[in-house]
Amino acid sequence: MQELDTVIELSRTQFAATALYHYLFVPLTLGLSVLLATMETIYVITGRDIYRQMTHFWSKLFAINFALGVATGLTMEFEFGTNWSTYSHFVGDIFGAPLAIEGLMAFFLESTFVGLMLFGWGKLSRGKHLLVTYMVALGSNLSALWILVANGYMQNPVGSVFNPDTMRMELTSLPDLIFSPEAQAKFVHTSIAGYVTAAIFVVGISAFYLLRRRHIELAKRSFRVAALFGVFATVGVISLGDALGFINGSAQPTKLAAMEGLWETAEAPAGFNLIAWPNQEEKRNDFELQVPYLLTPLVTHTFDESIPGVSDLEVDAEAKIRDGIPALTALKALRENPDDAEARATFDAHQDNLGYALLVQRYVEDVSQATDAQIAKAAADTIPPVAPVFWSFRVMVVAAFLMMAFLILAVIYSLRGTLHRHNGFLRLAPWMIPVPFIANEAGWIVAELGRQPWTVYGQLPTWLSASTHSVGYMIFSLVGFVLLYTLFIVIEMFLMVKFIRLGPSEDRRESPVEPTQRHSSQWSEA
Amino acid sequence: MDPYILLKVTWWVLLGVLLIGLAVMVGMDMGVGAALRYLGRTDGERRAVINMIAPHWDGNQVWFILGGGAVFAAWPTIYATAFSGLYVVMLVLLWSMIVRPLGFEYRSKLPSDRWRGAWDWMLFVSGAVPMIVFGAAMGNMLQGVPFHFTWNMISYYTGSFITLFNPFAVLCGVMSLALALYQGGTMVMNRGTGVIRERACRLVTVAGLTALAVFSICGIWVSMMHGYEITAGGDPAGPALPLNKTVETASGAWLANYVAHPALWLVPAAVYLAVLGGIAAARAGLSHLAWWLGALAWAATLVTLGAAMFPFLMPSSSEPSHSLTVWDASSSLGTLGWMLAFTLVFIPIIAIYTSWAFWVMRGKVTPESIAHDEHAY
Repeated sequence: MQELDTVIELSRTQFAATALYHYLFVPLTLGLSVLLATMETIYVITGRDIYRQMTHFWSKLFAINFALGVATGLTMEFEFGTNWSTYSHFVGDIFGAPLAIEGLMAFFLESTFVGLMLFGWGKLSRGKHLLVTYMVALGSNLSALWILVANGYMQNPVGSVFNPDTMRMELTSLPDLIFSPEAQAKFVHTSIAGYVTAAIFVVGISAFYLLRRRHIELAKRSFRVAALFGVFATVGVISLGDALGFINGSAQPTKLAAMEGLWETAEAPAGFNLIAWPNQEEKRNDFELQVPYLLTPLVTHTFDESIPGVSDLEVDAEAKIRDGIPALTALKALRENPDDAEARATFDAHQDNLGYALLVQRYVEDVSQATDAQIAKAAADTIPPVAPVFWSFRVMVVAAFLMMAFLILAVIYSLRGTLHRHNGFLRLAPWMIPVPFIANEAGWIVAELGRQPWTVYGQLPTWLSASTHSVGYMIFSLVGFVLLYTLFIVIEMFLMVKFIRLGPSEDRRESPVEPTQRHSSQWSEA
Repeated sequence: MDPYILLKVTWWVLLGVLLIGLAVMVGMDMGVGAALRYLGRTDGERRAVINMIAPHWDGNQVWFILGGGAVFAAWPTIYATAFSGLYVVMLVLLWSMIVRPLGFEYRSKLPSDRWRGAWDWMLFVSGAVPMIVFGAAMGNMLQGVPFHFTWNMISYYTGSFITLFNPFAVLCGVMSLALALYQGGTMVMNRGTGVIRERACRLVTVAGLTALAVFSICGIWVSMMHGYEITAGGDPAGPALPLNKTVETASGAWLANYVAHPALWLVPAAVYLAVLGGIAAARAGLSHLAWWLGALAWAATLVTLGAAMFPFLMPSSSEPSHSLTVWDASSSLGTLGWMLAFTLVFIPIIAIYTSWAFWVMRGKVTPESIAHDEHAY
């Protein structure tokens, strides 16, 4: 048991590390591809060369980032099989489908056209090159759609049923899976978060040039396009985040209770914990600062609904565990004799809570012998670690509002043409670049740590999901990934900073007498 | 015919298509990477070679990623059992492969010789190692892998990782690398000129002949090794649970399908004809024909393997009755059906735009042509 726990923890650590790392690069790819398409559209419509230069320059940084997104994505595509083999067998019939469709519909599109986007400048007409860039943006956004359909299934498993003859979940409705509200809201929330990331990235770097009085025309225009784009995106990301919280209320009440630090059920009108110090052991907040009345309308979108807290959720879980135990016992009997009609009837009657019985199997192999203490322990397991979920959620939300305020100011200064008078703001802007990345990572933690103790909510516990590797194998692979990925990010950051410092100089050499360059000397008087 | 059986067989064929696509398209780029230091002696020559595949390696690599996703969707039990059982092999594969995008993208970003030299070695490793692993994985499937399941389908791998690199498996790896070098060589002939093209032509000859020699040795080896056969149970229309059959091993059993259907011998014969024809075509300067014959050689090699093993996909050497077969390792009827629909819609679309991409970027790449191209790697 000890060894199993260690392997599970190491497998989780490795997955979190590789996913969080992959997720450093993906949002920027998502957003920058759309921004590139926007800039190039302006170029094709207006015919002004400065927009071609902008597209060129930003696509260079796009490529540096893209390479690592692709490289680390390779790991992800196989990691379910290498490290979560029981999970892969248990839900592969459903979970594999969106991954395969992602390859067919999104990755081929994105990766084939990215080659043409980067290398096809001299070989394609303006219109065709623009089309190619659109295809890259479409492909990367479609890949977000399909991976979040897959993730949506882990969060809220719809469109499937457990088949005792194959010992796994099987697909009953692909449309239900695809149009799951969880999946759709997450897709929009996540891809727009990518747009915000790219907007802040472009605004931050452009501000750096403006401060240094370099590439002023290019930086001014990039700044404006990205800031406008970003303002709309932050509004979208916040409203979709609100929708996701609302969906979580019914689909994953345990996650919601952790996000809000709710130990007891909150009767309307409940206060919102602005700051709290959750204490999981004693099931209370050691300290809390509340905004009265706010929580009920925020989460339920009503004024009178109550929100279940940890204590009541554990009581629910205990009932579900007791209901699920006969299903697991009957399943075992069915495996020994598939024609056992009585066992099949028992299984059918209790199968909804089979997953809850698997929770208690962690503590006792024959679940029909489970003691009250073991069942209570399993019920307590259904609550995710509250403090990290609570705090990650707040980090994400604070970051979102900070970015919104920043981008609104950026748009105002840019449209008024007064950027050069706000040196403080320009100096701040590059320091804003890490903020969306932090928010993205925090969002991942809320979503995936808040899902614990399940890999598939209510169906398959995490403790049962991992491959049966030895501790030695897991240490070997974890150390390997950490070393390799650390080396990668050092190289990537080095190149990124180098090419940002270098700026879009090659383009200038190409067209040395652009009228736009004369403008740049007038920047200080503008 | 039972629709479930039909779908299982269809997906067995599509698994073959996927592996062929992966071997030809990814293998080609990996062959170029592995032979980079031979094909190009100066930095200019190497950049020319890299830029021949620069616009396409990423799109081609999706065959590998799709391989993961499609096996997950259509053969979830294979996805779960093979990738976890072959854990160390998979790590070697992934670690070497994830260096490749960086090698292409970052190599020429800095002028330093040491920087570029280091990335050239990375491209060598990330070309050669994955192809050896790919072949070795196929070899291990032929030999069987020590794994078994518990009643609730938790899989346990009981071998050591060293056995995954046994002599037969490594030989299969060499075969795979040789075909990749052949394929990469024909690609470089297509788009290269002068001395680069001459080197590529020599590479095609040597790699092609090596592949044939190793293919012959592997063939004799397979005819003598223990193959697997289902002796009871294993209903083709049955549920996808690999616990309800009896499997026995027998020396030479992998030839049973060939004995039953002698026409299948045409497939391995096609490997010889395709490679020899391809070498002749390359030497006659018909490098495009040589490329297509190389693709045919890959296809015939993998069909030779599939025909020998059918209906086995991944036999278990420690618990043969738990072996994974076409009949008991697939996903459900509904998932197979949906996935077939998506495949039939999207594969033609992918074929069209991929062809267009190659057509747009057609033409020769020389050290001179990229020297002043700011969009080249």
